[in-house]
Amino acid sequence: MSDARTTTTVVTGGAVAAPRMATPRVATVELERQRRRPDWGNLLVHLALAACVAVLAFPLYYAFVISTQAIDEVIQKPPRLLPSTHLVENYLEAWRRSGMARLLVNSAIVAIGVAVGKIAISMLSAFAIVYFRFRGAGLVFWSIFLTLMLPIPVRILPTYEVVGNLGWLNTYAGLTVPLMASATATFLFRQFYLTIPNELAEAAQLDGAGPLRFLWSFLLPLSWANIAALFVVLFIYGWNEYFWPLLITTSEEMRTVVIGLERLIPRSGTELPTWNLIMAGAMMALLPPVAVILFMQRWFVKGLIESEK
Amino acid sequence: MKRTVFPNRWLPYLLVLPQVLVTIVFFFWPAGKSLYLSVFKSPPFGGRDVFIGLDNFVALLTDRDYYDSVLNSFVFAAGVTGISVVGGLVVAVLANQKIRGLAVYRTALLWPYGIAPAVAGIIFLFIFHPAYGILPYFLSFVTAYEFNWLLKGWVAMALVILATSWTHLGYNIAFFLAGLQAIPTSVMEAANVDGAGPVRKFTAIIVPLISPVTFYLVVVNMVFAFFNSFGVIHAVTHGGPGNATEIMVFKLWKDGFVGLNLGSSAAQSVILMAVVIGLTMLQFRFAEKKVTY
Repeated sequence: MSDARTTTTVVTGGAVAAPRMATPRVATVELERQRRRPDWGNLLVHLALAACVAVLAFPLYYAFVISTQAIDEVIQKPPRLLPSTHLVENYLEAWRRSGMARLLVNSAIVAIGVAVGKIAISMLSAFAIVYFRFRGAGLVFWSIFLTLMLPIPVRILPTYEVVGNLGWLNTYAGLTVPLMASATATFLFRQFYLTIPNELAEAAQLDGAGPLRFLWSFLLPLSWANIAALFVVLFIYGWNEYFWPLLITTSEEMRTVVIGLERLIPRSGTELPTWNLIMAGAMMALLPPVAVILFMQRWFVKGLIESEK
Repeated sequence: MKRTVFPNRWLPYLLVLPQVLVTIVFFFWPAGKSLYLSVFKSPPFGGRDVFIGLDNFVALLTDRDYYDSVLNSFVFAAGVTGISVVGGLVVAVLANQKIRGLAVYRTALLWPYGIAPAVAGIIFLFIFHPAYGILPYFLSFVTAYEFNWLLKGWVAMALVILATSWTHLGYNIAFFLAGLQAIPTSVMEAANVDGAGPVRKFTAIIVPLISPVTFYLVVVNMVFAFFNSFGVIHAVTHGGPGNATEIMVFKLWKDGFVGLNLGSSAAQSVILMAVVIGLTMLQFRFAEKKVTY
């Protein structure tokens, strides 16, 4: 959907040179087609871009190919670069051996929990900062800003200790809540609220709407685009987080898929590495976030760019 | 501009409470505790903390391994930043030509960002696999050099740098495309009228106009490489061979959680804190849009 829209703009943009005043649309297109000569520069650009896409896609293609081969095909020389027929059995075996169902459910809970939690608490605090005058507002704002400078590695041991004291090791709360503070999301909502005309809040007040009603019935409906954009970016962040889940989960039950995958790789020399199964596991681990980007591309780009300002 | 505000004494505090609680409990308290631990000697299995001043830092700064991890971090960060920023700019400039199918290309270039660096690392691990991987296989026709990441430190470093850059390129492409599309068409048309060729347009117009974006991306990529790259190291090389890919974050984890040397690990946290504060300051110093309250 988003693609169709952007493409249209690009196409009209490219046709700017064609006379378009009172001419009917069909005629314009026809005219433009006659004028166009083979454009070698454009062709080169297309070729170069296609090459870039191919280079970027190759590792994924290779992983996919390996995931469909039997182990003797995987280790044969020269390497086979075409898919084989073992896709179903490899994926079933990798699914069974890694406990994939549980891993994927855990990752989904963590990714959605982190994304929704961050968005919710950031909306509330941005709302408080923009629509209320209260002592300590500046302090709150700057303390949120400071979290930007405290990524997980600089506070890892004590955070682990705090989560342990709360009894949150191996729990979903432990996996999500410590990641929920978000300076970028708070700034994004604050920026957005500041662009909303004052009259809206005035009108709401005249109608007797309290602040919570205003937040729920006015601001929330206006914020969907920002919420969707943030959600995509934060979902991917949550899904792919490695350090934190590795530390605070010790039971197989609570592992996320990015961590669980490492388990498929044998570290001792005695085991034969089943690379086809490892690649099948990798495909299953990367599919959900990549699918989210592909299907929500417009939101993803908006979220990436706007949340970083 | 004066904004309408809701008159309410306690509600705003209630609204900021969740965020403030999370920041205090999981950010400020632990960060403070890191500072505290870094100047104490704490027995890992309980007992009294003993104040030892800067001894933990002195021990680190005289430790050859720590220097190696700092150097590895810089090599890793420079590699990832260099490849993904320069690559991102080149690809974005290509994609920004007035051609059909821009949206399709953008999608086709962005998706690797969804792949966790650790998962990318596992895929690259097999591509680099000394016995079965496709890269050593093809290189064996060109050179007799043993291209084995399990034995050669720099090959292992190249592996994790390439895997990380692969996932991160799309991020930079997205930002560069947004920046390029903000360049007014009139500027480019003027250059066309003046007869500037593509190379000249790139060096004389695009690079200077895009430099704020470039600067921003360099900082963000550095921060990413320094602080979010534990996964790829842990999943693929475990810091090896030897300690050739042991970056600062990995060493911090190893010393703290495997070696149980809490004081040293905390001191490493504090040093990393200084790094991230420096990088963030740099970013906001030069950012076009400053955050003001």
